[in-house]
Amino acid sequence: MPPDAPRVALFVTCLVDLFRPSVGFAAVKLLEDAGCRVEVPEAQTCCGQPAYNSGDKADARALARQVIAAFKGYDYVVAPSGSCGGMIIKHYPELFETGTAEQAAAQELAARTHELVSFLTRVMGVGKVEAQFPARATYHDSCSGLRELGVRDEPRQLLASVAGLSLREMTDSEVCCGFGGTFCVKYPGISDKMLEKKLKHVQATGADTLIAGDLGCLMNMAGKLKRQGSFVKARHVAEVLAGDYLTPPIAEAE
Amino acid sequence: MDMSGAAFPDNVSRALADGKLQYAMTETGPRFIQKRAKAREALPEFDQLRDQARDIKDHVLANLDVYLERYEARVRASGGQVHWAETPDQARAAILGICRKVKARLVTKGKSMISEEIDLNQHLAENGVTPVETDLGEYIIQLRNERPSHIIAPAVHLTRDQVEADFRKAHTHLDPNRDLTEIPSLVEEARAVLRQKYLAADVGVTGANFLIAETGTSIIVTNEGNGDLTQNLPRVHIVLASIEKIVPTLEDASTILRVLARSATGQDFSNYTTLSTGPRRAGDLDGPDEYHVVILDNGRVNVLGTEFQDMLRCIRCGACLNHCPVYNAIGGHAYGWVYPGPIGAVVTPALIGIENAPHLPNASTFCGRCEEVCPMRIPIPRMLRHWREKEFERHLQPAAMRWGLGLWAWVARRPALYRRATALAARILANQGHGAGRLASVPFASGWTQNRDLPAPQGKTFHQLWKERRR
Repeated sequence: MPPDAPRVALFVTCLVDLFRPSVGFAAVKLLEDAGCRVEVPEAQTCCGQPAYNSGDKADARALARQVIAAFKGYDYVVAPSGSCGGMIIKHYPELFETGTAEQAAAQELAARTHELVSFLTRVMGVGKVEAQFPARATYHDSCSGLRELGVRDEPRQLLASVAGLSLREMTDSEVCCGFGGTFCVKYPGISDKMLEKKLKHVQATGADTLIAGDLGCLMNMAGKLKRQGSFVKARHVAEVLAGDYLTPPIAEAE
Repeated sequence: MDMSGAAFPDNVSRALADGKLQYAMTETGPRFIQKRAKAREALPEFDQLRDQARDIKDHVLANLDVYLERYEARVRASGGQVHWAETPDQARAAILGICRKVKARLVTKGKSMISEEIDLNQHLAENGVTPVETDLGEYIIQLRNERPSHIIAPAVHLTRDQVEADFRKAHTHLDPNRDLTEIPSLVEEARAVLRQKYLAADVGVTGANFLIAETGTSIIVTNEGNGDLTQNLPRVHIVLASIEKIVPTLEDASTILRVLARSATGQDFSNYTTLSTGPRRAGDLDGPDEYHVVILDNGRVNVLGTEFQDMLRCIRCGACLNHCPVYNAIGGHAYGWVYPGPIGAVVTPALIGIENAPHLPNASTFCGRCEEVCPMRIPIPRMLRHWREKEFERHLQPAAMRWGLGLWAWVARRPALYRRATALAARILANQGHGAGRLASVPFASGWTQNRDLPAPQGKTFHQLWKERRR
């Protein structure tokens, strides 16, 4: 690693940490391949979005302060999630009063923070990956990445360079899958209806692999696919771009 | 309609189990979306117009008193009368008063959401005045004694055969053998009945899409022309509108009109854009003898200057409903009050109190599609979140959720403890996955597992593995 390689702090995200570390390691590989020095600050837990979206601004602010402190001094902060990325980039500055030093610190962090795939393409200039992943895939645009951060073409561009992978678009790829954080357990019926519609579109493509950039959405969709007995495998985009086809798909053992 | 706070979950269950509703929603939902997308694509300056439209309304809201007074003066100068109503009661009383003064028996009505907001039909009927809705969708739901389930497509929740059955039941004086299997024949049927009503009506009530301060004009847009007949044929025309419908000039209205129909139905313009200014003047060929405007506040003034002010920019196009996956899953009636969908989830708590609509701001995934398509650039998700903050402050959310969230946040603020807790959780859940990679049921997680499996953790947390790798 050259001494002037950018120092990138990985924001692991609480779901990747707990449920699917392989996504984190895929992200590390992609960042290192792109020429970054990757570190994982110890004091990170969660971005605070569950509190923020539940109206608990005080706890959201406390967690934001913790993240701001933990990620001080790195050139970039990268998250394998548009949702957590969107929280830091779009919402942290809203948590603090205008004109305060805290807001300035939140804005400074927001300016250095990126969602993984868009970081690779926009900041590191990555145009393709050296990876193999045999799959007929379809890509679901997770809401926050798409609408808060404008991530749309970037994953498709990089996925197009994966050897053995073909991508077919589903109808309504930009419509919510029904996850929505605590929404999916507070309103399970509505969530399930949205999920059913989404998976119909997934299955209509004939794809054998469903790819997305957010583990929350993926756990939601994979959980239902497996409940339905579907053969469609769910994968995080980082795993696919890193060529990690050996780790079992989400919600599967083999 | 049960409006109590607890009704939403029951309404949702009913809606999800209603096959006809689900069919109707999947039939029409996508069509609105495609049409708007096409209209937007065909107008390169669409997004600039949205900015202009937003700025016009922001300017109005910052100077609302000035424009309302200017409007009132212009209406009076053109021979009309303005009635201010702070509450639904006052608005109802004003309208009934006008009806009584002219001894009205029959009132035709153009489409008006404010009329729904003040329950005008019920009030008129209880006082011996018969209201007849003339918008086809409104007419249908009046036959069914329902509320609109959509702001611009009130009967969107119904299938064609349901409407046919309603017509056969109500129109008993018409030939029972008539063909009502196609939509044009349903339209003909309604038209045959409504023509008589237009001619017999003593008073016509319309809503307003805009009130123009510089001229004292009110503007309505319709696709059926029913508004014109409603306001021109009876002796008395009553415009019923809320305070935020005001814009300074006709030029401003035309700017907003350019985004209204495109956002609503994907039309460049609605079929009819109808302007009315005062009663018939000497020499006019038609028009009413009396022209009244009833302007309702109903709590909107309290929204001015708060974090919710932007909701008053709404022009009721319905685009946020059409694009909302939650609305499309449950339909409009589940929302329990007058205004459904994302904008309803923002407006309803402001008008009837958050304690009476505690679920509405929470029943959203914050997917952001509403804000993305709103022609007035209303930050709907942000305002939904503000409502959740109010609920949190006032302890209106379920105690279990509050307690669970508090515990989680307490642990998440202590990284070392959090590391140990997550490592333990990952190990336990992974073991319970029994090598299947997923769990079919998990204690305290039935909200998740009733409809889907829970993917099992891989076994160790990322932080554990990262530490091992560094060793």
